[in-house]
Amino acid sequence: MDLLNAIVALSNFVLVPAIAYGSQLALGALGVTLIYGILRFSNFAHGDTMAFGTMVTILVTWWMQSAGISLGPLPTALLALPFGMLGCIALLLVTDRLVYRFYREQKAKPVILVIVSMGVMFILNGLVRFIIGPDDQRFADGERFIITARDFKQMTGLEEGLAIKTTQALTVVTAVLVVALLFWFLNRTRTGKSMRAYSDNEDLALLSGINPERVVMYTWMIVAALATVAGVLYGLDKSFKPFTYFQLLLPIFAAAIVGGLGSPIGAIAGGFIIAFSEVTITYAWKKVLGHALPESLAPDGLVQLLSTDYKFAVSFVILLIVLLFRPTGLFKGKSV
Amino acid sequence: MNQMARNTALFAGVAVLILLTGFLQSWNSAVLILNMGLISAIMAIGVNLQWGFAGLFNVGVMGFVALGGLATVLVSMPPVGEAWAAGGTRVILGLLLGAITIAAAVMVNRRLPRGRVQLLATAVILVGGFFLYRAVFDAGVEAVEAVNPAGTGYLGGLGLPVLLAWPIGGLLAAGAAWLIGKTALGLRSDYLAIATLGIAEIIIAVMKNEDWLSRGVKNVVGVPRPLPYEIDLQSDPVFIERAASLGLDPVVASSLYVKLGYSVLFAVVLAIVLWMAQMALKSPWGRMMRAIRDNEIAAEAMGKDVTRRHLQIFVLGSAVCGIAGAMMTTLDSQLTPTSYQPLRFTFLIWVMVIVGGSGNNFGAVLGGMLIWFLWVQVEPIGLLLMDAITAGMADGSALKAHLIGSAAHMRLLTMGLILLLVLRFSPRGLIPEK
Repeated sequence: MDLLNAIVALSNFVLVPAIAYGSQLALGALGVTLIYGILRFSNFAHGDTMAFGTMVTILVTWWMQSAGISLGPLPTALLALPFGMLGCIALLLVTDRLVYRFYREQKAKPVILVIVSMGVMFILNGLVRFIIGPDDQRFADGERFIITARDFKQMTGLEEGLAIKTTQALTVVTAVLVVALLFWFLNRTRTGKSMRAYSDNEDLALLSGINPERVVMYTWMIVAALATVAGVLYGLDKSFKPFTYFQLLLPIFAAAIVGGLGSPIGAIAGGFIIAFSEVTITYAWKKVLGHALPESLAPDGLVQLLSTDYKFAVSFVILLIVLLFRPTGLFKGKSV
Repeated sequence: MNQMARNTALFAGVAVLILLTGFLQSWNSAVLILNMGLISAIMAIGVNLQWGFAGLFNVGVMGFVALGGLATVLVSMPPVGEAWAAGGTRVILGLLLGAITIAAAVMVNRRLPRGRVQLLATAVILVGGFFLYRAVFDAGVEAVEAVNPAGTGYLGGLGLPVLLAWPIGGLLAAGAAWLIGKTALGLRSDYLAIATLGIAEIIIAVMKNEDWLSRGVKNVVGVPRPLPYEIDLQSDPVFIERAASLGLDPVVASSLYVKLGYSVLFAVVLAIVLWMAQMALKSPWGRMMRAIRDNEIAAEAMGKDVTRRHLQIFVLGSAVCGIAGAMMTTLDSQLTPTSYQPLRFTFLIWVMVIVGGSGNNFGAVLGGMLIWFLWVQVEPIGLLLMDAITAGMADGSALKAHLIGSAAHMRLLTMGLILLLVLRFSPRGLIPEK
């Protein structure tokens, strides 16, 4: 029985990856929830929006790498991130102008907008594959680890190692900064307040002289920035592949719905709930339990509740449980 | 009458497109397009039942199609006796235990009064049942998968005629749809969409990972066919004589004979499904469905049980998709779980329904055939286009190679564009609902 080793193993295999993954999901879910709150539809193109922003960032990163620009130990992609955001903002504003605005003026039903977003999803998906191809792309450079498992073992003399990747730390720091900025914007600035007012009650907001087109424009810009950050962080942490980003739609939506669609706090909570459940349920607990339990009780099998391929099932089951018992999500979301 | 002429012209247009493929490319690819077009039309009718009749937003089509494919394997493949002897009963017992656990948990949850005791009892049953299930099930699976893993490694099917798999595929999909509908249909449209999207992914995940069931990513190949093999036809003197009398080479003739045989089979199924869907649409039941779609509250006030009707049509539509899935696996004569992609099997079907005209069965059929034709043909057209664009560029330039290499991704772009254009300028589709 060795609690310290158990805790280290737990952090290494469960806590650290889950926190990083949770931050990425939370950022993605914030985008979905903002669109739902302001524009009032579920945006199926969100995964592909993330892919587009990330793609622009990757292309700029490659250019910077070839030009010899780097950030030292930090990944160059951080420098390229603002360009990715700008590209993504431009894309979403153009899409809104060409596609969504028409239906807004028509006051189309939300489900029509969802189908429209399916069309946008197809186009973005094709566009990303067309430009960068359907394959895996790695674009992380700089220092890979803040602390490697080996260094940690030597430092502490423990049997288990704790490795923290630069990208994981970066993910958490960036996510905290971005979320703080977003909440400051929503709660303190005039535009942010008008966005919340518009989300709460459209007619009342219009009566008090809020320009809806402006609100919508700011929403798209924020969503584009959030999606790009989420996508780039996910790509740095794992790797970039257009199809994976499309599949991220499911956990992201699960996170947004579990938290309550339209509620930013809920999106963040939902992101972490989904990430932690996915990682804990698909993790093989043999090592941790082997340390934590007395020898006689140590398990023989892997003690893995579900194989990792079923991680979709986890987010889905949580989604279903929450929807059945609290239909508007944990933090009171809205329903159209 | 005018509408009638227009519709006939549209169908004739699709027929001309397919015939043109025959003349310009090859008859083989023309018949292939026709076959998959017929299957796509059936899938589109299934989605149209749910969306066009009842306004249910189901984006889990892929899952039901895959279940139909699974049914083909389970029905028609020969059973693997050795695997059954090694662990078959244990696997079945494990599955039964799992089902009993869930049923018991649901019953306890219903019977006990609300409160802490109820929650605790349900949790104990679920957790205890899960470990019991894993204890029995895992050993069985291991034994089954150990039997000749390169050749079989699964339980096999029932060895019945493959045509039987089509209705059974429908039943399997219907069963899954009933379970899903029971839990998810009370939800709002967006939530239902996400729920069905998730279910489809889970079904595919199960098919990829449960090797004992359908060999997972090792694929099941050589699924029996309802039609004779080309090789047998080519050695059949009567067939050779007939081919010669038509002036055809026996190899070409045999291949066309088999493909056209499939076309006839599929056309018969399509005709039956279409007839049933038309009858349903015209019946009082169909009118009730549309009334519910247009105004749920009013329909409920008139005493219609909205949730039950929704469940009914959700099951029916999914069953149609399951039948189409079984037909598709029969046509391919193999089950490849990795080939099920949501863009191809869920969202493309949606494009078909919207483009064809939601709420109109003939529209769904037209959309299915037309969009499938485009899906296949956009790639060569894209390549031609790219060749034209890059004609002026220097050979060997990176941009030229990239553009030509990416022509394949034009189809997603085109499908999105078609969907958006139709939604914008003709939101009721090519053949609008009456």
